[in-house]
Amino acid sequence: MLLGRTANGLYWMNRYIERAENMARLVDAGLRMALTSTQGAAEEWASVVISAGSDVAYGQKYQEHSAANVSDFLLRDTSNPSSVMASIETARFNARMVRTALTRETWESINEAWMSLKRMLAKPIDERELPAVLDAIKRETALIRGAFYGTMLRNEIFDFSNLGTYVERADNTARILDVKYYVLLPSISWVGSSLDNYQWESILRSVSAHRSYRWVYEAEYKPTNIADYLILNARMPRSLTFCYRFVLEHLEFLARDYGARHTCHATAESIHAMLKVGSIKDIFDAGLHEFLGNFIRENTRLGDEIALDYRFH
Amino acid sequence: MAAFDEMLPESSGPRRPYTAYDRWLKEQDPARLTQKTQDAERVFRKTGITFAVYGEQEASERLIPFDIVPRIISGQEWRRLTQGIEQRVQALNAFLDDIYHRQEILRAGRVPKDLIAANEAFLPEMIGVRPPAGVYTHIIGVDIVRTGENDFFVLEDNARTPSGVSYMLENRETMMQLFPELFQKIKVRPVENYPALLRRSLAAVKPESAPGTPTIAVLTPGSYNSAYFEHAFLADQMGVQLVEGQDLRVVDGHIAMRTTEGYKQIDVLYRRVDDAFLDPLTFRPDSALGVPGIMDVYRAGNITIANAPGTGIADDKAIYSYMPEIVEFYTGRKAILGNIPTWRCSEPDSLKYVLEHIAELVVKEVHGSGGYGMLVGPAASKKECEAFAEKLKAKPSNYIAQPTLALSTCPILTEKGLAPRHVDLRPYVLVSDRIQIVPGGLTRVALKEGSLVVNSSQGGGTKDTWVLDD
Repeated sequence: MLLGRTANGLYWMNRYIERAENMARLVDAGLRMALTSTQGAAEEWASVVISAGSDVAYGQKYQEHSAANVSDFLLRDTSNPSSVMASIETARFNARMVRTALTRETWESINEAWMSLKRMLAKPIDERELPAVLDAIKRETALIRGAFYGTMLRNEIFDFSNLGTYVERADNTARILDVKYYVLLPSISWVGSSLDNYQWESILRSVSAHRSYRWVYEAEYKPTNIADYLILNARMPRSLTFCYRFVLEHLEFLARDYGARHTCHATAESIHAMLKVGSIKDIFDAGLHEFLGNFIRENTRLGDEIALDYRFH
Repeated sequence: MAAFDEMLPESSGPRRPYTAYDRWLKEQDPARLTQKTQDAERVFRKTGITFAVYGEQEASERLIPFDIVPRIISGQEWRRLTQGIEQRVQALNAFLDDIYHRQEILRAGRVPKDLIAANEAFLPEMIGVRPPAGVYTHIIGVDIVRTGENDFFVLEDNARTPSGVSYMLENRETMMQLFPELFQKIKVRPVENYPALLRRSLAAVKPESAPGTPTIAVLTPGSYNSAYFEHAFLADQMGVQLVEGQDLRVVDGHIAMRTTEGYKQIDVLYRRVDDAFLDPLTFRPDSALGVPGIMDVYRAGNITIANAPGTGIADDKAIYSYMPEIVEFYTGRKAILGNIPTWRCSEPDSLKYVLEHIAELVVKEVHGSGGYGMLVGPAASKKECEAFAEKLKAKPSNYIAQPTLALSTCPILTEKGLAPRHVDLRPYVLVSDRIQIVPGGLTRVALKEGSLVVNSSQGGGTKDTWVLDD
């Protein structure tokens, strides 16, 4: 038996841990692009802010997109609710609220991540320290995940936690693709290499897939392959299909445990069906941007339905 | 004023309960002990054992300092203490039952009527209500001070929602991690079954109509509360749900919690929310921490609330001074554990005495707690005493005064080695169909040299408390 409020806390705790990690990865990709870009780095940083879904809030605070401003806003700034620091704070707040549902190891890993990142992000980050800070963030979230997977009982607590992780991750991957879809669009504009390889690589890098891509596809970056990898590949842990395989699995466990199916089950199935199209070509033909926009909306709807069906509030 | 040191009284060797520990201590490398102190702090911070300090916006989470020198009580001392505590707890429950029913003790003239009627802690809503199993105060923390080899006094009865038991448990856990060899050398009675006893105790006072295995929950004001860690800890250790007011509502005449599968009935609520916030329909209407309508469910006998609403009338500081009479009235015997002499400032003669001797006394607010709103005369400046005297004159009935006691000391480990500091003791008592006292408790220690204020909110620390199995 689980309180609705506890299910809510677990769900958001994991969404925010996932968000913190994704944010670090986005900044990492931005940093890499800025370093390799032959043109001004400002555009790259602007695209990082858009990918993070924080462009409106950023615009209210800064005019220029510099490495210092963007990394400060996305990593340290607690007035930005999606910054790494704010995400870890929220994750820990939720973990504290659901303390009794977590193993000691899981709670301590979150508490320690919070303590160490609070210390590390207390002062503006020296640009030279940025790679080390990003590594530390990824390490802390990896430790949380390790403790979580290594010690938690596979019950409803685990299900609600992972629903948070995968709904957040799917949202994240879809947004990155959507922001960059013009890079992937196979149109006249890109033929003739007006867009360099590093643009494509940056997409993969922001989901930590730039190396594994080469294990799966040929060495060359091809827009259709990149989209296929991030949307349809069932083995790529950040692809939409992968996320929904687990969303469905956890919802199925809940349905079995509780002996009840809800609206969210139907919605998750319909989203999963969306992802079972023949090939990536069909998605491109119908319009990648439309597809992703629709996916993001449906994914958000699923989150709302889970909250309603399982009495989060 | 020389204080009695429980480990190393002047001019002689260690007192008996401490001999084995003292021998061990002398063999230790001081640097290693300092290292262990730091280890302990890291353990506490890592596990998130923190408390919030009211009135401090920033550092909202702090550690209570922990000292690695245990406070040791012999088996014999403990037996005497527990007899006194049991007697007192029996009297407290009998007093509450009487006060909310026939009020014999008032009729007998042993406690003045207006002390009850005009008291904020007295809940008229509880008149005529008999809680399930007839128990009013289920969990009690009796604050005990010592002034000499055989002189123990009750400083305060915490009959509402005593806190600190999680520190008793975590302190022991930490000590066992830091010094496993000590526990092999010295037979210390275990305390770790407290959560199991608490659970059994709560189950034993379930409403009559409740199922054989009742559903128990801990009600917390939420994660911003200073004792939230403890609420979560106890719920976790008992294996019951930790609920907030927002999780609960009245469903079909019972209290129910909102779960992922709908509303589920609760039979016993260990609440860590004050009376005033328990039911916005009955008490403070602005409370978001309680459950609207819970008092109706309670009066209908469909939920056990532990501790019962209105138990504050028994641990009120004005009532405290009548405890010797109360104990005798209900148990027919003299109180085994004494009170500290107390002047009730509501009485003109006492007020006069207190005003004249304010610089020597400890003056407390009747309803205050946590060491707030009190004056320690000998430690206060002349100006502070004068200012306090004005407050006292303005509302005498709001205050009591006690002599400044030479509280016993126990050494703590400082940078310069062992140094005596004043301590008190809070054992935890569970009441159901029987009375159980876990052998141990929370020893609070004033970390500042000479200070008598042991409250954690005022710079106090804690120690592990050992009751020897001898």
